Amino acid sequence: MYPSAAVEPAMTDEVLFEPMERTTPRFYITAAILLCFTMMMLGVYFRQLWKGLGVTGLTIPVYWGVYITNFVFFVGISHAGTLISAILRICHAEWRRSITRAAEVITVMVLLFGAGSVIVDLGHPDRALNMIFHPNFRSPLVWDMCSITVYLTGSVVYLFLPLIPDLALLRDRGKKRVWFYRTLALGYTGTERQKRILEKAIAVMAIVVIPIAVSVHTVVSWVFAMTVQPMWHSTIFGPYFVVGAIFSGIAALIIALAIIRNVYHLEQYLKDIQFNNLGLLLLVMALLWFYFTFAEHLTTFYGSSPEEMRILMSKISGPYAPLFWTMVVCCFIVPVSILSQPRLRSVKGTVVASAFITVGMWLERFIIVVPSLSQPRLVQSQGIYYPSITEILITLGFLATFILFYVLFTKIFPIISIWEIQEGREKALEEVHERVSAYMPGPEKVA
Amino acid sequence: MARWGMVIDLDKCTACQACVVACQTENNVAFMKPSEAQMGRSIYWIKLTAFQEGKYPESKTRFLPLPCQHCDNPPCIKVCPVDATNITPDGIVRQIFARCIGCRYCTTACPYTVRYFNWYKPDWPEPMTEAQNHDVSMRPKGVVEKCTLCHHRLQKARETAIAEKRPLAPGEYIPACVESCPPKAMFFGDLEDPNSEVSKLSRSPRAFRLLEELGTKPKVIYLSEVERSGSNVS
Repeated sequence: MYPSAAVEPAMTDEVLFEPMERTTPRFYITAAILLCFTMMMLGVYFRQLWKGLGVTGLTIPVYWGVYITNFVFFVGISHAGTLISAILRICHAEWRRSITRAAEVITVMVLLFGAGSVIVDLGHPDRALNMIFHPNFRSPLVWDMCSITVYLTGSVVYLFLPLIPDLALLRDRGKKRVWFYRTLALGYTGTERQKRILEKAIAVMAIVVIPIAVSVHTVVSWVFAMTVQPMWHSTIFGPYFVVGAIFSGIAALIIALAIIRNVYHLEQYLKDIQFNNLGLLLLVMALLWFYFTFAEHLTTFYGSSPEEMRILMSKISGPYAPLFWTMVVCCFIVPVSILSQPRLRSVKGTVVASAFITVGMWLERFIIVVPSLSQPRLVQSQGIYYPSITEILITLGFLATFILFYVLFTKIFPIISIWEIQEGREKALEEVHERVSAYMPGPEKVA
Repeated sequence: MARWGMVIDLDKCTACQACVVACQTENNVAFMKPSEAQMGRSIYWIKLTAFQEGKYPESKTRFLPLPCQHCDNPPCIKVCPVDATNITPDGIVRQIFARCIGCRYCTTACPYTVRYFNWYKPDWPEPMTEAQNHDVSMRPKGVVEKCTLCHHRLQKARETAIAEKRPLAPGEYIPACVESCPPKAMFFGDLEDPNSEVSKLSRSPRAFRLLEELGTKPKVIYLSEVERSGSNVS
């Protein structure tokens, strides 16, 4: 039906098609378990809708808790994908070819749950559309809604564009869901002109998406920083949140890649070198994160204005100290001691570091949101906030549903960009050779 | 246009909480189950706050009735994503219950912690429904509420004045807390009018506003205790 010469599937990449064409019982079991969590989350949420937010552990003055923590955390994780993938693409990092897709999917999927966390937190979610009908543009929450919408749209486009040649490949194989792939492939046949347009579009999106991604987490931080509350009202929050977001994002990406590699037997595609390089990036982010955390807390401590000190002390030696120091261990001590040793920057080593970082960064968000609220200036504190079972189940449900969506994606679309791998095999060697020889002194080549 | 303000003389305040009770009945502030109250979820549009000063045995507890400060520059209305809270031309910070989405951004942004959230559907024991004030709307679950300076009383007084074709007289509009105060420690009126009692008191050397350094410009003004301010001027 289409001339298949241009997009001839290479026989060597057969393993990349397997997840979409063969389904093992293991998949059904995983999906069933995840679905259980989803159903539980829905049940608990409907109970919360029926009864009111009283079923949470929130009180006066801790009006925001786990839900808002999740919001900041999930939006942070979303920086794994689009941003990392865009930066690596722009830098022509050749080792990116097998990880970009997996990264971009994280962004799109996890953003849904970031936005969902805010909806769950609303006392009147049925009125959420008031944000569109009666927006107050002075409110950072409205800025947030705008930037997250733009980011989600941009990320979907940026995920979809590099997917088109793969969809054409799947269509031409003609095995499963051909009509579906044919529709989505938009008639791509891999002609020179189509290739040129596609590559241009991907390049443009890669550049556009970077400032959008940076703006998103900056605006998330402004939800806090724009208020006059002690230890929220800080100019460092924008970049601090962005660094934290990229940090937790890479960690989530490493965990996702390791699972994909293991389950779908992609050791040939996701090699130690990918984990080593991501591990190095992670190490840089860990150091940056520590630098920001240190600068923020030392400035507060040295200035020692009483209302900020009360909150700082509740973090470092008060009721929130266990969480604070766990965070420091998880985000700095463990990852840096693992990742600074080349021997340990293996798949296992980076995954262990990433697991610690994911937990640590969730705690970091919690430590930012809750203590500032728990010690208001005038009203006496009412003890510490413990999340209720409802909040915990909804959090677990969100996490499980995110994983479920991700798993389903891998069953329908190739989780490793097949055409980019093939292109890399065919062209990249030569390109890199040319690029490197251009750096060297010697006679200029006339193109 | 008037600029409504309140003066609370801490020297006269006996911390009897009559203002709190008057406010609860006037504004249909819902009852809390004991378990909820224990969690610290009680709603008080005006609340008596205690401050500990010094350490035992020289310690002293001071009390401060704390309503919404009705700031001229309120941090809460800026952050509301749906314009559900705003400030009237005469300076009253209002809450629109029917528009509030319950995101609680205003409650976290308010430095005075005087905004309250309805965690559940308000609980009204059977006989108490008889005591409800029909001038004040009931709140559904999941919205934020706060002191309105008994805005409904202003509306009523204004309507009467218009019907009688005369301007609003001073003292015609007074919130329930001020009206009920047994030692007459609370004053209410137009801060714009230089001859009003509140305006004069607000210029007293004892006058101070809470967290003035934040630039919120509160319209609730406190008169400090004489023993503390070291001055005898009232």
